Amino acid sequence: MPRPEVQAPPEIFYNESEARKYTTSSRIIEIQARISERALELLALPDDGVPKMLLDIGCGSGLSGETLTEHGHHWIGCDISQSMLDVALERETEGDLLLADMGEGLGLRPGVMDGAISISAVQWLCNADKSSHEPRLRLKAFFGSLYRCLARGARAVLQFYADNVKQTEMLVSFAMKAGFAGGVVIDWPHSSKAKKSYLVLTCGTSSVASLPKGKGENGEMCSSDDDGDDDESNDDQTVGTYGRNRSNKRQKVNKKNGRGKDWLLRKKEQMRKRGRDVPADTKYTGRKRKTRF
Amino acid sequence: MRLLTHNFLASNVKGVSTGYPLALEVAKTSIKEVELNVDFLRGILPKIDWRALFAATSAAGFPELLAAEQPPEAELFAEGAAAVEGSAIRRLHHALLEIHVEEGTLVCPDSGRSFPILKGVPNMLLHEDEVRH
Ligand SMILES: C[S@@+](CC[C@H](N)C(=O)[O-])C[C@H]1O[C@@H](n2cnc3c(N)ncnc32)[C@H](O)[C@@H]1O
Repeated sequence: MPRPEVQAPPEIFYNESEARKYTTSSRIIEIQARISERALELLALPDDGVPKMLLDIGCGSGLSGETLTEHGHHWIGCDISQSMLDVALERETEGDLLLADMGEGLGLRPGVMDGAISISAVQWLCNADKSSHEPRLRLKAFFGSLYRCLARGARAVLQFYADNVKQTEMLVSFAMKAGFAGGVVIDWPHSSKAKKSYLVLTCGTSSVASLPKGKGENGEMCSSDDDGDDDESNDDQTVGTYGRNRSNKRQKVNKKNGRGKDWLLRKKEQMRKRGRDVPADTKYTGRKRKTRF
Repeated sequence: MRLLTHNFLASNVKGVSTGYPLALEVAKTSIKEVELNVDFLRGILPKIDWRALFAATSAAGFPELLAAEQPPEAELFAEGAAAVEGSAIRRLHHALLEIHVEEGTLVCPDSGRSFPILKGVPNMLLHEDEVRH
């Protein structure tokens, strides 16, 4: 079976019967729960036991959000498929739901979310499902709005299924252009079935530290009851680190103007003019921050 | 939709400046009790737009629930306040997390565009010509 994204637009593919089928398959429930656990781990929230406010993008019927609930967090989920959300309502998921298209940009106030996950959804943005769809513009709107709605230092972890390397690069490059630092972590890269890619993004850090290591990178295989152990190594080996330090040519041009303090002050002034609530400028504004990886 | 979510939501319609706060028209609400967590409230408070929250509680039919101005943190987070019926923190908790808007409308303050809320789910989908790009 080809992947759903190539069959029909999401709001058509995930119709009532598909939404039900999806959410009653014990195999899917288990896989989505496992991916969500891993995404939450990669989100690396502070270990303080305080519930956080998270976003679940492409939340569907709430399988991924349930993992967030189990960990005590509050969440807002958005999805483009009414049928998937209907199943989420039936299942009485704890999160608040929005019917929304991430490609239109997320309608959220700046800096409010403590983190975001997306499980098996963002690859849809690489398609043009309507004549009015231009994937590049939709990716730009999505990553730009995601960056804005996250609190400084917060992370987004987006697990996705790319058709090819080009799609992965496209997702990464739009994330970087939006201002994120980070890259792709690949678990079980040697298994065609178990392989999972996570775009791990940090908001508002000035340099890129290392990414967590993917699971099963050393060739060990994933079995259903063995998630492999990724703890034995302190080695900071990463799987594709991107970010402003390894920016593409277009960003280098930008860099001449510098995204430093001046750029930030200009930007803040712009935002004030647009009527946004912008923190006052202090001696800390635009200061380099320690990375949190 | 909880009022906490409403407090974070903005309209994304092309041409609007902030699209915030969305005016709330409420036809039906429900109450679902959840456990109060002081640390969560302490963490979320700096992100709350109190005026928008106050307006939303009134629109949802609870005009007396919150003070029009945010109470001082010393009052909200006073030792033992969470255990006191009717305390500022209990009211805040109730407003943010227990009141759900089931049916109603959100109205963009800049464009006047309205977004229906059905079965607790706001429909934020835009028409082609409303998308920013
Ligand atoms: C494979 S399902 C995953 C659902 C859920 N995250 C889970 O883990 O079970 C992918 C979801 O992405 C949603 N989706 C696809 N394109 C979207 C878009 N542009 N905006 C919002 N959601 C979208 C689909 O409607 C579908 O519910």
